[in-house]
Amino acid sequence: MSEALKVPIMADMMTAGTTPDILFWVGSAGSFDDRAKKITRAFVKLLNKANVNFAVLGTEESSSGDAAKRAGNEFLFQMQAITNIEVMNMYEVKKIVTCCPHSYNTIKNEYPELGGKYEVYHHTEFLQQLLKEGKLKISGDTFKGKKVTFHDPCYLGRANEVYEAPRELIKSLGVDLVEMKRNKLNSLCCGAGGAQMFKEPEPGSMDINVLRTEDAMETSAEIIATGCPFCNTMMTDGVKAKDQEGKIEVLDIAELLAKSL
Amino acid sequence: MKYIDNILFIAILTAGLWFFAKNIKSLVRNIKLGKDIDRTDNKAARWKNMAKIALGQGKMVRRPVSGLLHIVVYVGFILINIEVLEIVIDGVFGTHRIFTKILPDSVYGFLIGNFEVLAFLVLVAVIIFWIRRNVIKIARFWNNEMKGWPRSDGNMILYFEMVLMTLFLVMNATDIHFQEMNTGNVISQYIAPIFSGLEDSTLHMVERGAWWLHIVGILIFLNYLYYSKHLHILLAFPNTFFANLNPKGQFTNDANVTKEVMMMMDPDADPYAMPAEGAEEEVATFGAKDVTDLSWVNLLNAYTCTECGRCTSECPANLTGKKLSPRKIMMDTRDRLEEVGKNIDANNGEFKDDGKNLFDWITKEEIWACTSCNACVEACPVNIDPLSIIMDMRRYLVMEESAAPAELNNMMQNVENNGAPWPYNQMDRLKWVDE
Ligand code: SF4
Ligand code: SF4
Repeated sequence: MSEALKVPIMADMMTAGTTPDILFWVGSAGSFDDRAKKITRAFVKLLNKANVNFAVLGTEESSSGDAAKRAGNEFLFQMQAITNIEVMNMYEVKKIVTCCPHSYNTIKNEYPELGGKYEVYHHTEFLQQLLKEGKLKISGDTFKGKKVTFHDPCYLGRANEVYEAPRELIKSLGVDLVEMKRNKLNSLCCGAGGAQMFKEPEPGSMDINVLRTEDAMETSAEIIATGCPFCNTMMTDGVKAKDQEGKIEVLDIAELLAKSL
Repeated sequence: MKYIDNILFIAILTAGLWFFAKNIKSLVRNIKLGKDIDRTDNKAARWKNMAKIALGQGKMVRRPVSGLLHIVVYVGFILINIEVLEIVIDGVFGTHRIFTKILPDSVYGFLIGNFEVLAFLVLVAVIIFWIRRNVIKIARFWNNEMKGWPRSDGNMILYFEMVLMTLFLVMNATDIHFQEMNTGNVISQYIAPIFSGLEDSTLHMVERGAWWLHIVGILIFLNYLYYSKHLHILLAFPNTFFANLNPKGQFTNDANVTKEVMMMMDPDADPYAMPAEGAEEEVATFGAKDVTDLSWVNLLNAYTCTECGRCTSECPANLTGKKLSPRKIMMDTRDRLEEVGKNIDANNGEFKDDGKNLFDWITKEEIWACTSCNACVEACPVNIDPLSIIMDMRRYLVMEESAAPAELNNMMQNVENNGAPWPYNQMDRLKWVDE
């Protein structure tokens, strides 16, 4: 992918005397992880297409602290949170959108008590809004008739009860949305949450992402749609472990939409 | 000797209630060993939760089979207790079926008729429950933590209920006068023929026997509760009332940490400042090492848990063979709390260090296997939160003992040094734009 993206940076806008309508919180995975960077680019493509007046913090962004907090390091989390809040409050940020349910959850629910009060959207919620307002037009041709299943990220679904926005977006693609046996509030974790992403699992009979991939395979879906960079990695690995590469694709909803412009 | 029955009855009743009150007192004392947190905000939402989840069994029916069977037992249990009121009055005053004197026959018959049907349904439901546990062997009743006492406890409760319901029906079936009334004996009329060969006097003795065993059985059951997972029939109500109302993804921000972090980050702060007057603060432990470091709601949760295993059967770690089981977290917390309670009782109200803590029950391996996915919290029919105990124990391990797994220490070091969980340079945060 080498299309030129317009990515305004907060500090530059401040110098130019302009303010964005919304801050795009890229997150550490979205900034550094090779697979997640593609999701970030797809989302920005959509923002550009819809002419959204946004900005990123760039090098002023730092880890949200989610992984540290779930690992039990409350000190490190609060240090990160308070540093980020200082930066965002300096820029008078009011609205935030992010592709990462972990950043979404912690900024939305855990930052306010520490002085960071913002309106926070997951990218699927934000994209749904753009679609509704007619700012973004999706053609239903690219994936027409394909079988797609959606894997609920724990930190979007159970943690914040957002179940419909991602599903509405998927339906707008003219695809056949099939549910796994465990879905929405009964959804099964991909295995990455609670800082598991950064360590080997404890001894057991199988890996969680493989079990979840089996759930997806039961639906005979050709595409597993995700809404979280960690879920994406876990499901991609699961598909590999089950020798389903070439049969099942794992794509973020932002990617599905960006391919359907 | 005319009043000997009444006196005996009153003595048994008083003893039963006295022991029960004593148990409740220890229970409340133990729960109060937990740390104070405020769960009295937003009363409207709390009452609503209690009405929907405890009273209305809203989360039970997510699993329709066990949910519906449970509603039968629950409704039966509550309504049949109206009959216990009559038994108590009869027992105290030496009357017989006092309500027949107060209520018209048709009303009395209607009530007892309904109780009989309920008793029969409860009996059927309880037998199905027993079959599910012992014959079909549904997996969640056979996990590791369900060996020994927890398994016998589960069956004991079922036997209790079978016996109590049978006694109630036999009592009605052998009550000559009640059968002659022929109203309300919807079920018992079919049991009566079994006893038809007996003399009236023998029949009367059987009736009295069933009557006494029934009420004594109820009192024993009442006192069995405290030693059993069956406490949920009482505690489900406060437990759902005091449950967390925030989004499930929102974990608490430790206020002690906030204080310290704010101090560290405030350039004007005086590091040698004296603490405010009178604030002889004890050094707070971060996270939870033992039950007394948990909140009282965690401890209430532990006593409320009915060991149904719905949490564990949805836990991704447990489903993939890891040692972690959210139900075991609750059972261990309760068992340790009981031990701490007994320790206090044995030492004149002061806890004497026994060299043990919650980590003697719950291993680090279990604590680190959790993905914080909230499936257990969502699945629990009475809104118990095993995850918050796991997180508090992680906090203790990391902040007090620096005992995180090495990979997590790496991750945290990266966050500290470069603001990302991976070893990338903060200055490269925008590289994705041009890739
Ligand atoms: S939050 Fe932890 S204990 Fe609860 S279901 Fe998920 S992995 Fe299991
Ligand atoms: S915590 Fe809740 S779901 Fe789990 S065993 Fe106890 S009562 Fe059942």
